[in-house]
Amino acid sequence: MISIFGVPGPLLFGQLSLGLINGAFYALLSLGLAVIFGMLNIINFAHGALFMLGAFASWMLLVPNTWLAMISPGLSVPDWLSLGYWPALVVAPVLVGAFGLLLERTVIRRLYKLDHLYGLLLTFGMALIIEGLARNAFGSSGMPYRTPDALQGPVNLGFMFMPKYRLWVLLAAGGMCLLTWFLIERTQLGARLRAATENPDLVQAFGVNVPRMISLTYAGGVALAAFAGVLAAPIYSVNPNMGSNFIITVFAVVVIGGMGSILGSIVTGFGLGIVEGLTKVFYPQASATVIFVVMVIVLLARPAGLFGKAA
Amino acid sequence: MLNAANPADPMLRIAGLNSWYGESHILHGVDFDVREGEVVTLLGRNGAGKTTTMKSIMGLVPRREGSIRFKGAETASMRPDGIARAGIAFCPEERGIFASLSVTENLMLPPQIAPGGMSVAEIYTLFPNLKERSGSQGTKLSGGEQQMLAIGRILRTGARLLLLDEPTEGLAPVIVQQIGRTIREIKARGFTVLLVEQNFRFAATVADRHYVMEHGRVIDMIPNSELSANMDKLHEYLGV
Ligand SMILES: Nc1ncnc2c1ncn2[C@@H]1O[C@H](COP(=O)(O)OP(=O)(O)O)[C@@H](O)[C@H]1O
Ligand SMILES: [Mg+2]
Repeated sequence: MISIFGVPGPLLFGQLSLGLINGAFYALLSLGLAVIFGMLNIINFAHGALFMLGAFASWMLLVPNTWLAMISPGLSVPDWLSLGYWPALVVAPVLVGAFGLLLERTVIRRLYKLDHLYGLLLTFGMALIIEGLARNAFGSSGMPYRTPDALQGPVNLGFMFMPKYRLWVLLAAGGMCLLTWFLIERTQLGARLRAATENPDLVQAFGVNVPRMISLTYAGGVALAAFAGVLAAPIYSVNPNMGSNFIITVFAVVVIGGMGSILGSIVTGFGLGIVEGLTKVFYPQASATVIFVVMVIVLLARPAGLFGKAA
Repeated sequence: MLNAANPADPMLRIAGLNSWYGESHILHGVDFDVREGEVVTLLGRNGAGKTTTMKSIMGLVPRREGSIRFKGAETASMRPDGIARAGIAFCPEERGIFASLSVTENLMLPPQIAPGGMSVAEIYTLFPNLKERSGSQGTKLSGGEQQMLAIGRILRTGARLLLLDEPTEGLAPVIVQQIGRTIREIKARGFTVLLVEQNFRFAATVADRHYVMEHGRVIDMIPNSELSANMDKLHEYLGV
């Protein structure tokens, strides 16, 4: 058996792959936060709750009749509405994104002229409400979510066996990050978005409907969180707290990467997942705190974050 | 119909325009006209309200009252994007080049709102420097190049009324001349231009008429042909 620095290969690779999986979620979530912060100037504390909603939406789309019967016996929908995992990857983010659009249109947009702090308080309050409602409706024990059949079992990567589902999560999250990066950094729409981040008034005076663009950006960031939620459903149990467990770490990732940086959040998200995984192998006692230690060091050395522009 | 365009109407007619920034009342009843195909300047000292007038036309001030009719239609209550889509394009005093966009991205940023704008190739012919630096970050350009980019990007959109706020401010004489040639060229192509200038010697080389602003009002209008006869008056207005 191969061993690296005295650590057996399978253990190292196993932890590394777990770290990468966590990193994939950090990347997707902090990417959405970065997009929203850049455009709306709001630190979206509801992000974890919206991630959780994505997982719940996916779970609800799996077999709607089970939970409909829980709400009220006799309530049911046709079987074709049991969409299953693959359609939910699209439908859940669209539904949760539409909910985000509603939140932006009704409450969040009232805060743009105020200090950051108000947006933070409002979205924090929204997170508490959403999570509280979910706990009321479903309890806090969590629902199992069966891994889709096509992704059951392990795959042999040559140097290790990896559960197929984890490999899929890595590819899907990586692909989605690339797609978002491309959209923002390499397309005309993205150029408008970047310009509106710098000077929304002037972009609007060129004939762009900036208020609509802001709403859609929020919806897009929320949809990214929901997409992460769908990916997470088979890995973590679907429960009302799954977002708040993640979100504290994700905010540390955002601070380390630099508020609002697209590339920064992707690289930092995956990077810190790996750091966490390696810490579990070499110094397990520190694995829960290592990200915050990194955060302190980065803040001392580069207050604007690794990829942030100094203000 | 109330808003129907009448061929006798000027392209832009501003009447009784008042504007505010918060509590400060800046424009106190501005009146002037710009006819199709004209180059008209707003002259006046620093703080006279020239920039505020342009921002009011674009809907970029927090509060405005009065009438701004563009091609016969009232725009004083429209949002900036609606005003732009009606056919007015704005080149701000601070140029507004975006740091996170390349030169090409800056150039392509304003959406096309009507046919009849200049092609990118024509814009590069007007401003060859821009072509050479198309991949650079917008704000890495020199001040003169940034000004050319700021003018160039609004020529593409199909807007027929261009608002240029002090395009020659702080630029070297050769570049000022190039911008003068550009304004004459776009006039020859049938664009209408409202130009804010401090430098009336430059304004005299491009404009048909001059409005003089003071303390948030238009206080005089001088046709370009009568400029030299009115030099004393102008010196007094502008305090030069
Ligand atoms: N954003 C603003 N807030 C408050 N006052 C302003 C603002 N912009 C301009 N002003 C004031 O409005 C007046 C007119 O300014 P401006 O239109 O920029 O003049 P000009 O372009 O003729 O130099 C000045 O007294 C200026 O101080
Ligand atoms: Mg000015």
